[in-house]
Amino acid sequence: MAGQSDPHLSIFSPSEVEFVAEDEIVDIVPNIRMDALNMISGDFGPFYPQIPAKVPLWLAVALKKRGKCTIRTPDWMTVDRLTQVLEAERESSREFQPLPFHYIEISKLLFDHARDDISDAYLVRSLVEDIRDVRFHKVETGLETISGRTHAVKLKNLSAMEVNIVRPFMVRTLQAFYKHDSPQMIQQADTTGSRPTPVTDRGPRRDLRRR
Amino acid sequence: MSSWDEDEAAASAAEAATTDVELLKRAWRNEKAAPEILRFDSPLVSRVREQIQLLEETLDDFADSGVDDLVASLYQMDLDRTLFLLRSYLRLRLQKIEKYTMHISRSADLLSRLSPQERRFAKSCAEIMEKHLEQSVLSKLPYGYDSVSRQSLSSTEDDMVPEPQLNTFVFCKTKSDVGAFQLDDIGEEVVDLVADDLYVLRYKSIKGLVEGGRIDLI
Repeated sequence: MAGQSDPHLSIFSPSEVEFVAEDEIVDIVPNIRMDALNMISGDFGPFYPQIPAKVPLWLAVALKKRGKCTIRTPDWMTVDRLTQVLEAERESSREFQPLPFHYIEISKLLFDHARDDISDAYLVRSLVEDIRDVRFHKVETGLETISGRTHAVKLKNLSAMEVNIVRPFMVRTLQAFYKHDSPQMIQQADTTGSRPTPVTDRGPRRDLRRR
Repeated sequence: MSSWDEDEAAASAAEAATTDVELLKRAWRNEKAAPEILRFDSPLVSRVREQIQLLEETLDDFADSGVDDLVASLYQMDLDRTLFLLRSYLRLRLQKIEKYTMHISRSADLLSRLSPQERRFAKSCAEIMEKHLEQSVLSKLPYGYDSVSRQSLSSTEDDMVPEPQLNTFVFCKTKSDVGAFQLDDIGEEVVDLVADDLYVLRYKSIKGLVEGGRIDLI
C-alpha cells in the first residue's frame, strides 16, 4: 500500500507489532503435567493433561512447537463468525466490524504454528484474507475524505496492523493539510511572503532557508 | 478471547493487576509513537531490572539443579522478551536524545524527564557535537555566522536547533471515557473521546492526556 517511503513515520516494524500481539491470551489444552510458571510477564498454569489453561500466545506457540499442547481456536476465528463479519464488513462502506485488535497477527501465528488445530483451516484463512482486503479498501477510500478541515480522524475498530500500514500516509497527509491550512501560513501569503519576524539592522542577514 | 464483551471485562480487570512488563510495554509504545521525549519512569525500570536479574539467577540455579529443559526454555523465552522490551525502550530514548541533543540540553523541563545516565549522555553528546562542528565548519566561517545555534548575528532566537514536531499527528487509543475534549486553544474543535476508541489526533493537543496516562499512543 501507499506511503511506506518515509522510514521515520513507520515507527513500528511488522515484527514489533507481532511481538505485541504475542502477549494476547489464548486457551490451550496441554497434554503434559507441568507446575505453574511464575514469569515476569505473569503467572500461568499449573497445567494438567486435557484441562484447558489460559496462556499468552507466545507461550502457546512454544508449547505447541514441542508437541505439548493443542491451541483452541478463538471463537471469532470460526467459519460462522468470520462469514458474518465479512458480510457485515461488505454491507457498510464506512464502519469497521469489531475484531480483536491483533486479529491479523493472531490468525497468522495460528496458521503458521497450529494449523492442525483449526477446523476448516483453509476456509478460515481465505475468510480472514477477504476481511482484510475489504477493510484495507475501506481505509483507502476513507483517506479521500481527509481535507484541510480535518483535525481529528476517528477510526473505530481499526486493528493494530492496519494502523501500522496506513500510518505513514495518513500522518503525512494530515500534516500537510494542517500546515497549509494554518492561519500563519495564510497570513504569510497575504503579506507578500515575507517572514513576520522582526529583522534588525545589526548586520547582514542572509536567509539560509529556502522559502 | 472467547467473546468481545468478555474481552473488555478482562481488560478492565487486567488494568487493576497490571504487571510491570505490561507497564513497560505501554511506556515503550508511547515513547515510540510520541515525537518528543517522554518522562523516564525510573521506579518502573528499576523494578523490571530487578525482576530480570532475579530470573537470570533462577535460570542459573535451574542449570545446576537439573530442572526440566522445557520449563527452563520457557522461562528463558520470558526473560528474552522482557530483555528485548527493556533494551528497545532504552535505545529508543537514546536515539531521541541524540536527535534533539541541543534542544533537550537547553530546557530544564526536558532535562528533568531524563534519567541521570541519560542526562550524562545528552551532555557529552552535545559537547562532542559542538566541538566537531566548531572544528570542522564554524571556525572557518566569517564573524557573525559562526554560532552553532543561530544562522547569523542578527537572528533573534536560536533558529538552527532541530526540534521535535509537536504538531504531528499520532494514532491513539482511549482507555476510558475522556468526554468532550478541546483540540485547540480557541476551542473550535471539540471531540468526544469515548472509551476504547481509536483516533488520529494532533500530538500537541493530547500531550496532557498522554502524560496523565489517560490515553495510549499506538
